[in-house]
Amino acid sequence: MKIHEYQAKELFKKYKISIPDGGIALTPDEAKKNADKIGSFPVVIKGQIHAGGRGKGGGIKLAETMEEVESIAKRILGMLLITHQTGPKGKIVKKVLVEKSLKIEKELYLSIIPDRATAKIAIIASKAGGMDIEEVAANQPEKIIKIHIDPLLGIQPFHCRQAAFGLKLPPSLIRQFTLTLINLYRLFVDYDCTLVEINPLAITANENIVALDAKIIFDDNALFRHKDILEYRDLDEEDPFEVEASKFNLNYIKLSGNVGNMVNGAGLAMATMDLIKLYGAEPANFLDVGGTANAETVENGFRIILSDKNVKAILINIFGGILRCDLLAKGVVQAADKAEIKIPVVIRMEGTNVEEGRRILSESGLNFTIAADLKEAVQAVTQLVKHLRRGHKCLK
Amino acid sequence: MAEFLNFRHFFSFPCSSVGMYKENIAYGTNVVAGVTPGKGGQKVDDVPVFNTVKEAMENTGANCSLIFVPPAFAADAILEAVEAEIELIVAITEGIPVMDMIKVKNYMKSTKSRLIGPNCPGIITPGQCKIGIMPGHIHKQGGPIGVVSRSGTLTYEVVNQLTLHEIGQTTCIGIGGDPINGTNFIDYLDAFEKDPDTEGIVMVGEIGGSAEEEASEFIKKHVTKKVVGFIAGLTAPPGRRMGHAGAIISGSSGTAQAKIAAMKKSGIYVCEDLGSFGEMCAEVF
Repeated sequence: MKIHEYQAKELFKKYKISIPDGGIALTPDEAKKNADKIGSFPVVIKGQIHAGGRGKGGGIKLAETMEEVESIAKRILGMLLITHQTGPKGKIVKKVLVEKSLKIEKELYLSIIPDRATAKIAIIASKAGGMDIEEVAANQPEKIIKIHIDPLLGIQPFHCRQAAFGLKLPPSLIRQFTLTLINLYRLFVDYDCTLVEINPLAITANENIVALDAKIIFDDNALFRHKDILEYRDLDEEDPFEVEASKFNLNYIKLSGNVGNMVNGAGLAMATMDLIKLYGAEPANFLDVGGTANAETVENGFRIILSDKNVKAILINIFGGILRCDLLAKGVVQAADKAEIKIPVVIRMEGTNVEEGRRILSESGLNFTIAADLKEAVQAVTQLVKHLRRGHKCLK
Repeated sequence: MAEFLNFRHFFSFPCSSVGMYKENIAYGTNVVAGVTPGKGGQKVDDVPVFNTVKEAMENTGANCSLIFVPPAFAADAILEAVEAEIELIVAITEGIPVMDMIKVKNYMKSTKSRLIGPNCPGIITPGQCKIGIMPGHIHKQGGPIGVVSRSGTLTYEVVNQLTLHEIGQTTCIGIGGDPINGTNFIDYLDAFEKDPDTEGIVMVGEIGGSAEEEASEFIKKHVTKKVVGFIAGLTAPPGRRMGHAGAIISGSSGTAQAKIAAMKKSGIYVCEDLGSFGEMCAEVF
């Protein structure tokens, strides 16, 4: 789960990681009040969306006067912010963070992630702060410091010194940096994060270490033990189809093609999407119905796929393991009755109780195509949408 | 695969999955005990249930644990089995917090137990023993192909196509779709290379992480048997978690394209059309 910068900074404050003075505003008036509280100019006005690259997209501006605070806040609030991370559709800005602008000596990069390859917790630091860390890693790998922490031991002062000396910090800053890093590590572990990132971490002219930006991603699988964090979830930042699907425990991701598909298992679902593409069409979605799909799950799956008006045909691909094909077939029949499906559906079924499942489908009277295997199923569904395309051309 | 498939004894946590454990018995696996805290002393059919793993092992000589407990308690169940020094643990549970698994994995380094999973279908030696949730009947016994995969149902697809093309399997292992798993491709590539009954290997990966790249390096250096590979996720959008916790393209790393390139470079036969996987294997093997 992602959260906004201002929310991440609330957690930073709780963990005694320094942040600039400031506050969140939903209106230009509130922005002015916050600027007034800060008491000095310039101030930074930062649009809050769940994506990076906000500055380049025009969502972060400096204001030198109260009039500028008002005009900039007016412009950013409600703007459609498009960055390399939002995609071409962009995101509407609903809140701005108004912060004191500090005199910066140096900008660093600091983050903590779980490292898959070593199964340790990795601290990543760099002198190249304020830049896209992916680019730094690709072009100047020597500027990246990576320190692995054994989770059973936890972070030690020497880890912090390693990072600090690697960053060539002056001795006078080592203690402050160590405290910042230890607190950041505690936050990471306490809240089951999969990323905490400060980019940039600033060293100010008067030798303070301050987090100018803040990004946190939480492990969705651990949210059950962090109920307080759930309040931070912002549904406006998520795709409405995906929010709807998550209510029914369906794993759905919307894509831009026109072949809807419903598959059990994430790997097979991805492979099915790939095959749709390989056979010349584009998948409209990723949808994993999981191992316990029943009539209700299938019905909701149909509903979510059909609510995407781009979808011209649906492929159901089920390989029953724990999921029994006969139960799924019953679910499909029930769901099809309710969902009023007007577009072609191709079904492929294999695995546990498959004969019974196929019998239920063929006796149901539904006008679905039943495919013998994966190849036949994907070929059938891609042919269907290709014919549609040709049909449209003829009409013109 | 005799070295780690000698499961004359076996026990499970049947608390939420009595049906599953019955299927394992039906496949010929010797289920000797169940463990559900608070249900000790009871019996499910003829199988005794114990409160702790230790008791179950002492009383029955069980040497493998199959774990189905919900994600919030799964790491605890794995650790209990590790502490009891059981040989093999198969964790089916999906959705265990990453931090829990990082701790488990680091703790396990100093112990003797082997963990398959979590978030996996388990392990099967067709015709002999099944410890997991895969449909047994799609497999063909007698080898000569070993299968190792990060996925569940995608593995069934691949195995089914092998069987339809009269290609049997020595052992099929799902290593799981989580970012941190107990054992990885390399552990089983190594085992298959050493197994005299295995003549060729099928390796099924997906987007996210770098396990396939590391496995490709290993294959280049240490595997003499033919390997057919498949990677799912060519059409997956970057930055999105595709169902499996581990299936995510982060920035420019973890893409299907990079994995396929690494596999080809290491001499792996990469299948690009899953619809013709069986045909391709029939040609290669």
